[in-house]
Amino acid sequence: MLTLRFSIQRYLPEQDRIPRMQLYELALAQMPRDWMLLDALEHLRQQDPTLAFRSSCKEGVCGSDGMNVNGKNRLSCITRLSTVWDEVKDKDGIIKIHPLPGLPIIRDLVVDMNQFFQHYAAVQPWLIPPAGDRDHELLQTPTQRAELEGLYECILCACCTTSCPAFWWNPDKFHGPAALLAAQRFVSDSRDQHTQTRLQALDDAYGTFRCRNIQNCTANCPKGLDPSGAIRALKRKMLTE
Amino acid sequence: MEFETYHFDAVIVGSGGAGLRAALMLSEKGIRTAVVSKVFPTRSHTVAAQGGINAALGNILPDNWLWHMYDTIKGSDYLGDQDAIEYMCREAPDVVRELEHFGVPFSRTESGKIYQRPFGGQSLNFGQRQAARTCAAADRTGHAILHSLYQQNLRAQTTFFVEHQAIDLIRDERGDIAALMVLDIATGEYKVLRSRAIMLATGGAAQLFRTNTNARINTGDGLAMILRAGLALQDMEFWQFHPTGLSGKGILISEAARGEGGVLRNAAGEAFMKHYAPHARELASRDVVARAIAIEVQEGRGCGVNQDHVWLDLTHLDSALIKQRLPAIREIALTFAGIDICQEPIPVYPTAHYMMGGIPTNIHGQVKTLNDQGEVEVLPNLFAVGECACVSVHGANRLGGNSLLDIVVFGRAAARQLIEQLSHQPLDYFDAPLDLQPVERRIQRWQACDASSSDGTPASLRQRLQTIMETGCGVFRTEDTLNKCIDDLTEFSAQVDKLMLQDRSEVFNLERLEAFELENLLALAWATVHSARSRQESRGAHYRLDYSSRDDDNWLKHTLYFQSQPVNTPRLAYVPVTLQPLTVPSFPPKKRVY
Ligand SMILES: Cc1cc2nc3c(=O)[nH]c(=O)nc-3n(C[C@H](O)[C@H](O)[C@H](O)COP(=O)(O)OP(=O)(O)OC[C@H]3O[C@@H](n4cnc5c(N)ncnc54)[C@H](O)[C@@H]3O)c2cc1C
Repeated sequence: MLTLRFSIQRYLPEQDRIPRMQLYELALAQMPRDWMLLDALEHLRQQDPTLAFRSSCKEGVCGSDGMNVNGKNRLSCITRLSTVWDEVKDKDGIIKIHPLPGLPIIRDLVVDMNQFFQHYAAVQPWLIPPAGDRDHELLQTPTQRAELEGLYECILCACCTTSCPAFWWNPDKFHGPAALLAAQRFVSDSRDQHTQTRLQALDDAYGTFRCRNIQNCTANCPKGLDPSGAIRALKRKMLTE
Repeated sequence: MEFETYHFDAVIVGSGGAGLRAALMLSEKGIRTAVVSKVFPTRSHTVAAQGGINAALGNILPDNWLWHMYDTIKGSDYLGDQDAIEYMCREAPDVVRELEHFGVPFSRTESGKIYQRPFGGQSLNFGQRQAARTCAAADRTGHAILHSLYQQNLRAQTTFFVEHQAIDLIRDERGDIAALMVLDIATGEYKVLRSRAIMLATGGAAQLFRTNTNARINTGDGLAMILRAGLALQDMEFWQFHPTGLSGKGILISEAARGEGGVLRNAAGEAFMKHYAPHARELASRDVVARAIAIEVQEGRGCGVNQDHVWLDLTHLDSALIKQRLPAIREIALTFAGIDICQEPIPVYPTAHYMMGGIPTNIHGQVKTLNDQGEVEVLPNLFAVGECACVSVHGANRLGGNSLLDIVVFGRAAARQLIEQLSHQPLDYFDAPLDLQPVERRIQRWQACDASSSDGTPASLRQRLQTIMETGCGVFRTEDTLNKCIDDLTEFSAQVDKLMLQDRSEVFNLERLEAFELENLLALAWATVHSARSRQESRGAHYRLDYSSRDDDNWLKHTLYFQSQPVNTPRLAYVPVTLQPLTVPSFPPKKRVY
């Protein structure tokens, strides 16, 4: 028999003045080899249907279930249960789950992502193609297309931005790594016609240059992307152009 | 009950590829549009589509939309409507180019054009050689399309009601569908959205089955809303079981894996598809491949300790190619099975994937139903697009790469029609009062809480329902499994009637959302089992062991299902398949071999 213990931050606005930690236990015959953390959370919800967290695709592509687990931001659906258990089993034996840090809490592990999405929208993350000819593909060589690798795959889960101290300090002004990664994605697209305007708009002491190269973002990206590298490349482009 | 009321010209329910394509056109034309979604738009399940979108661009091999049309009709096992299929295949190159201009980061050929890969069921020159028709952004095509469409909607300043769950359509006193009831998930508030036109784009519902490739949110809410409004669902017996779900999990391993050269093997290591589809082999239609795998396992040639799956083998492919063309598949196999696909084969088994049936519409996305005289009638201001709709371009079996196409083609077509129509309709000077009683009853049912009296939670009941459906209505069906399924559903319905919720909060009450979803899934379960029991033939994905061949004399027709009381006595009707295309000669049904 294996009893896993979880300490999960709870907050029900109708009854809690401030968030509290609640202990849950899950008894298992043994560690299920193929379980993700999400599988365990779903079992806990069967015990306690009032435990709230977001989730949808169950395969790490929709970006719903970002949460802070044992101090690191992750997606519960692609984080192995055994991994988070191994991290604590020789210590206090308790898996600790908090909402993503730095955003207002709506309930339990559900945070208010409005500000995060506003920063995303603020960098104008849409392609501005050449006007006119809609009847032909815009050609792009494989090498030009390769410039987008590591940039377009972002799923907007906010694991990076909410791990960034610069964002915690200036959440209203600093765009944060996810938005800047998106900015770099469009600056790097050979089809886009607004590279210069984009770079000018991003040339801002707060929006972009609050990034202090701490690199938490890259360490916390569950998709293995490198927002920190993208921001460095973006800054370099601003300085050279 | 008191509800805050909002007014729009168009309300779209759903922000997947279908909803967002329509919304973009409406916003650009200045129509006052609201898009309602249970989840933030880029979390819609279009994001999970991997392999690609079909269009006869001819970037790799010469191609022709007529060949695409032929393949789609054959793939549909002749149940697809040929006018709609012609329309879709002709529009395909244009919508794909348009997506490219919206920013979709398609993979590229050496000459800089959109990369296209071979996919199942596609051919050159009416069945002669394998085609390469599926336009791909690596194996993240859905993500690439959904994000680009959302981005363009940001530019167009579309209004979103994010994390709002639509509950039901509302009729006014004249009997017209005039509004939508939504629940604001973050506050627990119910709101009424009045609109001159409503478009359902709520996506698929494969959460009805235990093993599936679908997101938790894919519960067919729009379809159940249609049933509760007294309207029909079409061809609900046709569910696609994708041949290659990750065994035990159901997560999709895209057809792209076979398109790029992957081979299916049984326990003896034999590439068995040659016995089932001598020419197309791994790239036969999905229904054919899924049955082949199920048969291999049933007949004892399955792999693994439990002999419950087959292998999808990519180890002979160049690992650089795998990393470039199938990076997300590689990631999925590594995460969920601990397998490096460059080194080891992937254990796979069929998994519930896609709903060919849905809300019947014409090619302008307008919802169809039967009037009291039993004639087909169009509801001019009610639209359905995307996976929730049945146009029908997929008939009894969808070809891979045709759904992403369907959602953007008909998302655009419906938006065009809606704009055209609103421009002719005079504005009403006053709103007829709404008949809110039915929806209020439903809301009240799930406002009550009583932890002590309930046996099970919405989540545990969903699992029970999924098991019933997988056992009774899976890859193979018989009169017996279907009758048993009806008995099980009858008993299960009684359990749902007794369900009481435990979560009293108004804020992010997931239990309540799941209760609404459970009712929706149950409504679709009934639609599926009744439609399947009546159809005494095998066609496409609907395979009856007791009626194992296709029967065009009796069954070349669409099923229409209406919900009735009591729900275990169905009301079914049948309408003919449209065999006449718009401009080209018909493709008459013939024997389907791959
Ligand atoms: C894993 C996977 C891979 C696939 N790969 C391919 C592929 O390579 N090629 C291809 O052609 N097809 C593929 N398909 C099929 C295709 O992706 C889907 O059929 C298509 O994306 C559906 O799009 P949609 O816009 O209709 O619905 P979805 O993208 O599912 O969107 C539905 C929307 O409706 C909203 N919604 C639902 N109910 C409610 C409610 N009650 N209230 C408010 N909002 C609601 C949701 O929030 C969501 O925004 C794949 C499918 C899966 C599951």
